[in-house]
Amino acid sequence: MNALVSAVREVWGLFAEDASFTVAIAACLVFAWLVMPAFAVSGPWRGVILFVLLASALIENIWRTAGRRARP
Amino acid sequence: MNWAHTGTAILAAFLASLVEFVEALTIVLAVGTTRGWRSALTGAGAGAAFLAVLTLAFGPALQRIPITSLQLVVGILLLFFGMRWLRKAALRSAGVIGMHDESAIFAREIAALSAGVPTGVRAPHAMDRVAFLTSFKAVTLEGLEVIFIVIATGVGGQLVAAALGAVLAGVLVIGAGIALHRPLSRVPENTLKYAVGVLLSAFGVFWIGEGLRYPWPGEDLALVGLMVGFLGASLVGVALARGRFQSPPAGRIST
Repeated sequence: MNALVSAVREVWGLFAEDASFTVAIAACLVFAWLVMPAFAVSGPWRGVILFVLLASALIENIWRTAGRRARP
Repeated sequence: MNWAHTGTAILAAFLASLVEFVEALTIVLAVGTTRGWRSALTGAGAGAAFLAVLTLAFGPALQRIPITSLQLVVGILLLFFGMRWLRKAALRSAGVIGMHDESAIFAREIAALSAGVPTGVRAPHAMDRVAFLTSFKAVTLEGLEVIFIVIATGVGGQLVAAALGAVLAGVLVIGAGIALHRPLSRVPENTLKYAVGVLLSAFGVFWIGEGLRYPWPGEDLALVGLMVGFLGASLVGVALARGRFQSPPAGRIST
């Protein structure tokens, strides 16, 4: 049983490492899936907006992690 | 055949799989060196066999899933997987976290595995449970990542090309491992992980878009734009992180 739990944890770790980053990516996807169609964002812009959201989440997370780990 | 797409699938699968094979090789070498080659290689072989059974069992089922659903699911998984790599590579590049070092990992594994081995007691051909399981786990986990990478990069009808890229990487790493008998620490793993993080993140967004029926500007060429975009975004992140990580806290003057 322990081996199974450990295996599941290892596989989960392949996709999620930093909880806030995982949540941010999920939020971007929910926005792309549910919010953008509701606001009738035109076709070609959807992909561009999704990319910009994800790129912003990446930059913000790298910047925040650097601040958290900065030398005192 | 779209050579830009095929070439990208081969390259992405090759680079990403290369990193995974190098990591698995380091562990198997450490196990073989300290606890005996029989158990290490049996564990690695059992891991490879387990992955083959898994592929044969679930592979055909993938072909029954509608392509847009498959693109969406694979795209989502790939995005989480790729952006995790990209984030970590960027943090390493900025000096926020330590570089991945195969020699250090090899030394650490050797120390951990040697701890439970009383020298002169172990029979040379006896099966060692710890060695078997360590090898098995390393090959299974890294191999799962390789399978996932092949599916992810080959989902748009490029499965054979992606599998070819992974096989080439496997042959190269296993061949080098047999020839050198030591971890491949000269493989620029951090740079490769950075490049693969960019590739996988771009593929992830692209497949999600295809799954949600987004009309990508430039169609398949949008993939190149996404790669350039993710590279640019991560470089901005590295520059910001480097400044923040190394600059003294506000209000304190450095002398």
